[in-house]
Amino acid sequence: MDRGRGAVGQYQLSQLQNIEARSVHIFREVAAEFERPVLLFSGGKDSVVMLQLAQKAFWPGRIPFPVMHVDTGHNFPEVLAFRDRCVEAMGATLVVASVQESIDSGRVAEEGGANPSRNRLQTRTLLDAINEHRFDAVFGGARRDEEKARAKERIFSFRDEFGQWDPKNQRPELWSLFNGRHRAGEHIRVFPLSDWTELDIWQYVASEQIDLPPIYYSHRRQVFRRDGMLLSVGPHVSLREDEEVFEATVRYRTVGDMTCTGAVESSAATADDIVIEVAASRLTERGATRADDRVSEAAMEDRKREGYF
Amino acid sequence: MELLRLATAGSVDDGKSTLIGRLLFDSKAIFEDQLESVERVSRQRGDEYTDLALLTDGLRAEREQGITIDVAYRYFATPARKFIIADTPGHIQYTRNMVTGNSTADLTLVLVDARKGIVEQTRRHAFLASLLRVPHLLLCVNKMDLVDYDREVFESIREEFAAFASRLDVADLSFVPVSALQGDNVVQRSANMPWYEGASLLHHLEQIYISSDRNLIDPRLPVQWVVRPQTTAQPDYRGYAGQVVGGVFKAGDEVMVLPSGLATTVAGIDSFDGPVDEAFPPMSVTLRLTDDVDVSRGDLICRPLNQPTVGQDLDAMVAWMTERPLRPGDFLALKHTTRWVRAVIRDIHYRLDVNTLHRDESASSLGLNDVGRVSLRVTQPLFYDSYRRNRQTGSFILAAEDTNVTVGAGMLHGPD
Repeated sequence: MDRGRGAVGQYQLSQLQNIEARSVHIFREVAAEFERPVLLFSGGKDSVVMLQLAQKAFWPGRIPFPVMHVDTGHNFPEVLAFRDRCVEAMGATLVVASVQESIDSGRVAEEGGANPSRNRLQTRTLLDAINEHRFDAVFGGARRDEEKARAKERIFSFRDEFGQWDPKNQRPELWSLFNGRHRAGEHIRVFPLSDWTELDIWQYVASEQIDLPPIYYSHRRQVFRRDGMLLSVGPHVSLREDEEVFEATVRYRTVGDMTCTGAVESSAATADDIVIEVAASRLTERGATRADDRVSEAAMEDRKREGYF
Repeated sequence: MELLRLATAGSVDDGKSTLIGRLLFDSKAIFEDQLESVERVSRQRGDEYTDLALLTDGLRAEREQGITIDVAYRYFATPARKFIIADTPGHIQYTRNMVTGNSTADLTLVLVDARKGIVEQTRRHAFLASLLRVPHLLLCVNKMDLVDYDREVFESIREEFAAFASRLDVADLSFVPVSALQGDNVVQRSANMPWYEGASLLHHLEQIYISSDRNLIDPRLPVQWVVRPQTTAQPDYRGYAGQVVGGVFKAGDEVMVLPSGLATTVAGIDSFDGPVDEAFPPMSVTLRLTDDVDVSRGDLICRPLNQPTVGQDLDAMVAWMTERPLRPGDFLALKHTTRWVRAVIRDIHYRLDVNTLHRDESASSLGLNDVGRVSLRVTQPLFYDSYRRNRQTGSFILAAEDTNVTVGAGMLHGPD
């Protein structure tokens, strides 16, 4: 199968090589123009691809900035283990910003209910960490094909001193001339994967043989059905009366909190299998597997305005 | 698989969002959950049919007002190509978005309503595409279903537009009659227009030849980042990282570094994936040089016998993008390739009426959404080519020194 990787003719790049070259360009611009960049790293596939691109941008030098994980305390244990392995292998510095600490120190309050989501709370923890470390550029793995509000965001996205995004007042972004100018206390969110689609990510994972957390690949798991999604049984998720646990062969298309990330039934065991599955899929990854986007038509837009990823 | 970037432009009700929705829908890039959510909103609003425009209008204000307020990027792929669509609104106050969308486009798709024909906005969109040197222009005559698929209507619009476009700098111009709402000629050739012998819109997008659009003649590498690992394994490694924006570089090539003017040779071209035989646009690479010359970010690597213009006095077409007018004497921050400099506006020669192409030489300022010819002086020499010759080394942005906001875009004149 054509992975979009091979050159398509003389002096012509394939589409994956093309978007890879632009992402590398973005990493280098940020490293050169900002004083304290940081890369948000969750262990999810997009952040792993980001890290790979950062490595390419500065090779044979090391990645000249730390990586940061906003730990909700509701993460999949397999993903946390992968995160630590990955960061160590790259020789990168890891900063962990903890939502639990934000709760314990009274910065935010846990939502009510049986299985509170910490999705919204992450924003405070993230902004506090940005302030504390005086980060002035924050790389995020968001892609424009994921969601409608993200489709309108710039690659260099300005944030005021409250971390807010103003969708109606964005800087025009022309050619490859990125404007990262800002005042102290403000920062820029940078999205090097803006032009990548879910399929591109998987083709890249396959062709570059990138290591990912095992939960992305097909495995047997104890699950139950809620709101049309398959949720995993775990310490932060308790069953309602009418819900029944069963074992299924599943994989995850996205990796968020255990409380809001659903699995899909799949027998795709390798990145190549997933490329075929994604190419044939009729559901977006967030629509299929993320309860956090289902709150309202503008759920993502509202969270982004407040400073979410 | 190749990549094609396209920019769309159209008036508020030309059906542009519907056309894109249709393109995504018929090429199966729309997912069931997106369609369900659009169907739900359409039903709530009491629309007669599923409004495909809702697929692209993402922000709350847009859905409420039924308009597109900012550049949105959409993605779809066919077995032949991957497409990135920069979808820009057509209202006059958002010309800056159109300039933005067109700056990286390989192709601009302009929509006209078959019932209304060429209007002021059609001309403006076509002019801006030619100003931004988008290599291919495609005029889609939409809503053919509302004129009974009449060939005469299409032909007369085609003739009128071709006459106008002959005054512009358009390298490649084509026309397709479509109905975005009904899907005629969008993906499949339409049985309703047997008189049309050309390709469907999607087929056009898949077939248009884009390989020769880049500059492969003038070798240019603006240095972004100096790679110095300073590790025990690589104590003396020194490489110059950047994206090639013109020409081809090979190991052994004689090169020159600006501004120092020192000549040396390419010792090797490195990448994480191994040595690179030939580096060409838009590859991101790292060049090693034979001699230990002083090179830093903002410098440019070229060939001794093919150098860009070096200068501090610039002459450019500027698109102005903010409320505060641009006037002679204004100081601004200017970014060109990989360097920021200060600029002072020396003179505004004329303002160009983007609808009539008339030059108003009495203009002394440029307002929001104006385009004009400007001369400026910068604090340090820039290494540039004319925008006609190279869209990367021929362009710059302007930012306000107080707010840091991007307020203008410039396309340099110079020897072609």
